Amino acid sequence: MNRPEIIKRHEFLSGIRDTLPLLLGALPFGLIYGAIAATSGLSMTAAILMSALVFAGSSQFIAVGLVAAQTPVAIIVLTTLIVNLRHMLYSATLLPYLKDLPQRWRIPLAFWLTDETFAVTVHRFQRSDSSPCKHWYQLGSSIAMYLNWQFWCFLGLVLGNRIPDAQSWGLDVAMPVTFIGMIIPFVKTIPVLVSVLTAGAASLLTLAMPYKLGIVVSAFAGIASGLLAQRIIDARREEQRR
Amino acid sequence: MSSAEVWMLVGMGIVTFGIRYFLFAVADRIRLAPWLEVSLKFIPPAVLTAITVPAVLLPNDEWQVSFANPYLVAALLSLAAGILTRNLLATIAIGLAAFFVHRFFL
Repeated sequence: MNRPEIIKRHEFLSGIRDTLPLLLGALPFGLIYGAIAATSGLSMTAAILMSALVFAGSSQFIAVGLVAAQTPVAIIVLTTLIVNLRHMLYSATLLPYLKDLPQRWRIPLAFWLTDETFAVTVHRFQRSDSSPCKHWYQLGSSIAMYLNWQFWCFLGLVLGNRIPDAQSWGLDVAMPVTFIGMIIPFVKTIPVLVSVLTAGAASLLTLAMPYKLGIVVSAFAGIASGLLAQRIIDARREEQRR
Repeated sequence: MSSAEVWMLVGMGIVTFGIRYFLFAVADRIRLAPWLEVSLKFIPPAVLTAITVPAVLLPNDEWQVSFANPYLVAALLSLAAGILTRNLLATIAIGLAAFFVHRFFL
């Protein structure tokens, strides 16, 4: 094997390795999705295809809930759009790192862009070493998340018919707990801490907004407060220097 | 599969992929303003926090701010574990363990 091949392989495997803990977090989440889907009135084929083709945990949950409530298709699609808007913020963040890649890379990496893969990968991209193959790291993380999700969703579907009250076990705790683990490594500076605290407070103030729009509004509040804190700190430093 | 299901899958698939791909598609043709580029680093923790906080404090769409709320206890313990250990697996495992101990033994 020549040297670039070794680097690619190394990046790919590191991406999988660093995603392993998140696979555990997605496990109960996938199981519940399957279990809920099994009892929602959605056909088995549609439930499997949703995981395979849409591949977006929270909007899959909401869609299944809406199916059970016999919501029109157009509303379900619109809700999916709004719930997934945050992914555009993710792709904006990755933009500087992926802009020189050909479309045959950008398309699959976009399809596989989830909260988890994004959170793991952005740390890899931000590390200062000049590896030309960091996108292989994202590919490894993406494929690991994808296969893991398909497997647990399928198992949840199969079990869902036999264990009717799996929904009430509270397996959904996996999501917040996983996300807390993902948030901590980002909080290294005061402005980021300010941003996180603001976003958290805003998320409680925007609860009344429909379709989870509050998430996007809170994110913007967090970003604005972080920028402001950064400016104040920079200005102070400037003053001290004089 | 019913035709309504097919349309739902097609619609959800297009919408989700469209959101994820839109900026990547035009990546080489747009340049972000410097202040926008600075603001990008705030996005991941802000979005994740905005999803997490309500899930913990209002687990069943109802306010539950007390130690009787297993979601809150799990979140606080995993936060502590995360800050102390800086280990993702430990953070998740301790949070899950705390939740189930609280739920089934307390």
